[in-house]
Amino acid sequence: MSASLTLSTTRRARRLAVVPLGALALAGAMLAGILFGPAHVSLAGLLATLADALGLAPLPAEFARDAAVLGVVRLPRVLMAAIVGAGLGVAGAAMQGLFRNPLADPGLIGVSAGAGLAAVVAIVLGGSLFGAAAGLLGLWLLPLAAFVGGLAATLLMARLGSVGGVTSVATLLLAGVAVNALAGALTGMMIFMADDRQVRDITFWTLGSLAGSRWAQVPVVAVLVGLPTLALCALARPLNALMLGEAEAFHLGTRVEAVKRLAVVLAAIAVAAGVAFTGLIGFLGLVVPHLVRLGFGSDHRLVLPGAALLGGALLVLADLAARSLAAPAELPVGVVTALLGAPFFLWLLRRRGGTR
Amino acid sequence: MISARHVTVRAGQRTLLDAVSLDMVPGKVLAVIGPNGAGKSTLLGALAGTLRPASGQVNVDGRALGDWRPVALARRRAVVGQSASLAFPMDAAEVVGLGRLPWHGTPGAARDHAAVAAALSATQATHLAGQAYATLSGGERQRVQIARALAQLDGADQPAALLLDEPTASLDVRHVASLLRLVRRLAQGGLAVLVVLHDLNEAAFVADRVAILVEGRLVASGLPRDVLDPVSVAQIYGIEFRKLADGSLLPRFSDVCVW
Repeated sequence: MSASLTLSTTRRARRLAVVPLGALALAGAMLAGILFGPAHVSLAGLLATLADALGLAPLPAEFARDAAVLGVVRLPRVLMAAIVGAGLGVAGAAMQGLFRNPLADPGLIGVSAGAGLAAVVAIVLGGSLFGAAAGLLGLWLLPLAAFVGGLAATLLMARLGSVGGVTSVATLLLAGVAVNALAGALTGMMIFMADDRQVRDITFWTLGSLAGSRWAQVPVVAVLVGLPTLALCALARPLNALMLGEAEAFHLGTRVEAVKRLAVVLAAIAVAAGVAFTGLIGFLGLVVPHLVRLGFGSDHRLVLPGAALLGGALLVLADLAARSLAAPAELPVGVVTALLGAPFFLWLLRRRGGTR
Repeated sequence: MISARHVTVRAGQRTLLDAVSLDMVPGKVLAVIGPNGAGKSTLLGALAGTLRPASGQVNVDGRALGDWRPVALARRRAVVGQSASLAFPMDAAEVVGLGRLPWHGTPGAARDHAAVAAALSATQATHLAGQAYATLSGGERQRVQIARALAQLDGADQPAALLLDEPTASLDVRHVASLLRLVRRLAQGGLAVLVVLHDLNEAAFVADRVAILVEGRLVASGLPRDVLDPVSVAQIYGIEFRKLADGSLLPRFSDVCVW
């Protein structure tokens, strides 16, 4: 066997490390996210709390404060960040693969704009529009509206982007631009109608935050983000085929239309369910897949799980930064991800400009 | 093994392909030639299953193309398009490895590694395996894409078909010669090959049969020496040809007016 083929094979073997390395990064980030923050928790405190929760040993009195911080605030928050970040990362990787475009992100399929518009409508008109239902839903009204709005915008866009049962990626992209603009205009109109308190709520929602994380949200997000994330990872082979082009993917036995629809819907669910609780979090879905590709190559069998693990890790760390940098106040986490993501995006543009 | 019967393809009001019938036979090379816009690529698309005919039928092993599961079809016929660019960087061996996708989950997947190595060796591209596809020359990319198609057909238990859309475009003369000889060798190995070409002499060299398309219609089909005579090709292309002593055709560029 030639040296060149062996080189390619050993490179592939080394790239498989993305999954254990990603898992390690996620575990490390979660541990840091759990222990550090405005109120530090000791490792002993974490272990004692876990032992107590599992019924292994009663909680020593000196760790009562640690246990309270962990149980009420830290654990649900870190879990939410990990799951939501994983959803954003994998959805970004899938959309870049589907659109064959390194600058694609989940925002392109209208999900963020739709979720944002619905969230703003819920904030401004929630009380008057839904009346008694709003009272009944309470804290769930906003996430529910955002989730439904995100999915609806994506379905509308997929509908607009397909002609005669064939989805043209170029039309889909343009429809996404139009839907984004429309949602932006309607959001602006809502803001115009809103009072000062509502404007403040809207601003914070659109910048994203994990401060509202509750245990009750964790299982909902685990299912609604977790399942699409796993399902998207299973689309790795068809997305690999699409790297050559749509006709070529069909020649390789891919049901291209089915894959396109499935990938768009799964990505929309994964993103909408996440941002429904956290608000909009930018740049993560764009940047994370590129970080994985830079280190481990373009094979979607590695990029998709790698982007999920790294996306989770980075959002946990971004949230840690958001609550630590200006403590006791909190920065919106979307500000942190954009602060780090935007320069990376620019660097990527320059780099592409250099090689073409 | 792939046969077209009265295949008509339309795009809006335009008829791109008009009642074309032809057969791809295992072990034989069929060259499709014709002027620009004659429908050569459309014909290839219809035979490959990417374009649906408005009327007529394409059969693979006597079964209508539409009745084949895409993945089962992909294990029997491979297509090398005009220019495949990659959305994201991969090395050449990874590109060839994509040819093994239709074998995922079948016993044939055990041959994945061997198939990639064999395909790279058949196209003399083994030394390119570890190189980034984007850095390869046009000729090298063409070889890698053909290797990808060969890897795709490796393990087919019945005769397989290879469709090549203008594989010699943008190749220099020496690369054209090696590519055409490779195509002949592949046919001798049992593949049914269809190759779209622009150059009449390339067609004469490589083909067992030549089909000529003009404005979507099949105007001639047969042995190269019968179809490629200077008088009829002059009519088709609107340019005079001179027949040289070795039988090859030389176009007279100076007689043609500038657009």
